[in-house]
Amino acid sequence: MAGVATLGASALLLTACGAAPEAGSTSTAEASDYTGCIVSDSGGFDDQSFNQSSYEGLKKAETDLGIKVNQVESKTNNDFEPNLRAMVSAGCDLTVTVGFLLGDATKAQAEANPDSHFAIVDFGYETPIANVKPIIYDTAQAAFLAGYLAAGTTKTGTVATFGGIKLPTVTIFMDGYADGVKYYNEQKGKDVKLLGWNKEAQDGSFTGDFEKQDVGKQLTQNFLDQGADIVMPVAGPVGKGAGSALKEAKAAGKDVKLIWVDSDGYLTAPDYKDIMLSSVMKTMGDAVEAVVKDDKEGNFDNTPYVGTLANDGVQLAPFHDLDSQVPAELKSELEQIKKDIIDGKLKIESEASPKA
Amino acid sequence: MSEKHPPQHAGGEPAGRAQQPTPAAEETAALVSVDTAGGAMEPSAVPATAQSGQLPGGPDTLLRKIFTGSGMVSVLAVLLALIIGGLLIASTDKQVATTATYLFARPTDFLAAVWNAATRSYIALFQGSVFNPRGNGVAAQFAPFMETLTIATPLITAGLGVALAFRAGLFNIGAQGQIIVAGILAAWVGFALDLPMGLHLLLVLVAGIIGGAFWGGLVGVLKARTGAHEVILTIMFNYIALYFLRYLLNTPAFQRPGESNPISPILDPTAVYPQIFGSQYRLHLGFLLAIAATVLVWWLLNRSTVGFEFRAVGANPKAAQTAGINVSRSTILVMALAGGLAGMSGVAQVAGTEKVLTDGVAATYGFDAITVALLGRSTPWGTFAAGLLFGAFRAGAVQMQIQTGTPIDIVLVVQSLIVLFIAAPPLVRAIFGLNPRRRKPARPAKSREAATTGGAA
Repeated sequence: MAGVATLGASALLLTACGAAPEAGSTSTAEASDYTGCIVSDSGGFDDQSFNQSSYEGLKKAETDLGIKVNQVESKTNNDFEPNLRAMVSAGCDLTVTVGFLLGDATKAQAEANPDSHFAIVDFGYETPIANVKPIIYDTAQAAFLAGYLAAGTTKTGTVATFGGIKLPTVTIFMDGYADGVKYYNEQKGKDVKLLGWNKEAQDGSFTGDFEKQDVGKQLTQNFLDQGADIVMPVAGPVGKGAGSALKEAKAAGKDVKLIWVDSDGYLTAPDYKDIMLSSVMKTMGDAVEAVVKDDKEGNFDNTPYVGTLANDGVQLAPFHDLDSQVPAELKSELEQIKKDIIDGKLKIESEASPKA
Repeated sequence: MSEKHPPQHAGGEPAGRAQQPTPAAEETAALVSVDTAGGAMEPSAVPATAQSGQLPGGPDTLLRKIFTGSGMVSVLAVLLALIIGGLLIASTDKQVATTATYLFARPTDFLAAVWNAATRSYIALFQGSVFNPRGNGVAAQFAPFMETLTIATPLITAGLGVALAFRAGLFNIGAQGQIIVAGILAAWVGFALDLPMGLHLLLVLVAGIIGGAFWGGLVGVLKARTGAHEVILTIMFNYIALYFLRYLLNTPAFQRPGESNPISPILDPTAVYPQIFGSQYRLHLGFLLAIAATVLVWWLLNRSTVGFEFRAVGANPKAAQTAGINVSRSTILVMALAGGLAGMSGVAQVAGTEKVLTDGVAATYGFDAITVALLGRSTPWGTFAAGLLFGAFRAGAVQMQIQTGTPIDIVLVVQSLIVLFIAAPPLVRAIFGLNPRRRKPARPAKSREAATTGGAA
């Protein structure tokens, strides 16, 4: 206790000797009256998934566009409505809500406050609402590339994936991944096996939540035991469990690789740099910032923003350290597939794909 | 065994039972007489007046101390919580961090920043939970208070369920699962059936209560028949309920037509609680039912034979059995009642505020209910008051977060501190040096005594 106190005191001493700013000096940064707000779902802004990405997008808008930002985290589903209501009464011009669970609450507030604008991430309404802009992703397109990449890189002929909870926004990754593997098999006459997801049956392996990393680790261990050498966890932070299982396997001499999701794992999960083959990215931050920018300039509309390979809303991340392990031929095939998907020659379909 | 025991403790007790000359001696004596059913039975390890599920022999005097503490101590407790909480808030404040860098050049800036950060947060907490003077008109000004009552509703009913089981000597951790099962049934009745106004809502309520009572009663049956411990049973039943709910939400029967997200259709308008003061507040009929439930539990515990049996079983199951009480029946019944009360929380959720079923339907109410019941000293009205306090904290947290940018986690830490200090005046006394001279550790003669007589100071 005393030690901590001393430490704290000396830290305070070290930092407390600065000069006081001149009284009356004001910030010169251009300030805008525009307020962008965000309400998280119960994952919070540190979920290493869509809440975090969306929040970072709004924070980026704060620095780039000089807007004011107001944020509120929901701890439970009960908080959605009061949080949203409070945001509207706090004078938010645009309120970003994250996830399908906020769909009803956002709709209710949007209809009650027709003059306020809203954007909802990862959820689209059957009947559009005039002042709500959905931000959704055709993730299967990028996941397809990841599946093809995994099938083309595996040494054991078996790859795997698993999800956190069986939600459309999760299974869309797994559908695309499965199709990518299948496409590779068709093109090359190979028989690369996929563990953890069956697209036809729409069933596979899930950890049950987005929190328990040890379950992800166990699941990955099982996949390894069944001969898989590349795993794509679609489970937010639980992916770290997969990462640590793969790292252990690598330390034991196995040649294993990890495919991250949502963000470029090489940058956001640097612990696993040396096994990070690639990532299936959803650039939510950019989309949120773009929507804020449009709204600030008075160009709000309620047509859904659909992230695709064509608009870089979804991407396959660079291979970084493992670049040398991906054959040049495979790289050019991936380029070609990407082009075909963008041109519409190759259609990636998933039950969970945005219907737009 | 008679229910009519003398208010003062009967004579003819062992000599060691002499009353302590403390301010609360009279109350203590009354408690002793309850514990021993007016001297008709041996004092039990867990006194009837403190059947809050503590392990036999464990210290049970803490809760009593809460409410026997003087007004001065309560004031100091709140003050202390506010000061420590304020410092915590200040430590996360940007302005404080900035001014701390030139603390020695101009210390007044730093102190002013600390003061501002703390007071702003507490004002926001108050404005978010009780009264917001900046609202347009009286209706908007009292909106926060209505919100407090709304959030308190499920806390009160679930808390009553936990408290009731405590009184029968059962530590019911299962409110969470009971809320979930109740929510499943109530929501299904709400969106799948098509019934006229009134009847529909009634059926939703009944379905929810039956669901909760079934889930709680099942634990009671297992405990009564096999002796399996209720703590383990209820914890595991929580998991079963949660994963069963998740499974159901992945079946088309519980999903919206044409969607595959795990969220149920919205309940029919005929199936939801009417809002008491119109649509501008979320406060719904469930709150009135929560008041009714509190009255019912009070009557049950204090005026009915069944309630007396519950307390007797809680005090000493063996003695109760000897006295002719059917302990198995009481265990099953009290767990079913506790489940039914928690079930009302489930109904308040799906028919009151959420109006849909998701896997977060129980939020954290099942676990908060345990704190609420403990803070409320396992009495019906104490639980009611504790539920309101927690409701106010939850409601105020939103404003605290938005107005001051205090991170929600810090808000929860501060609130937990406040509860901690309110619940533990001895701690506060120790901090302010108000503790009376330390009493000698348990004298031999006291070992036969019910623990209630130990410390009323």
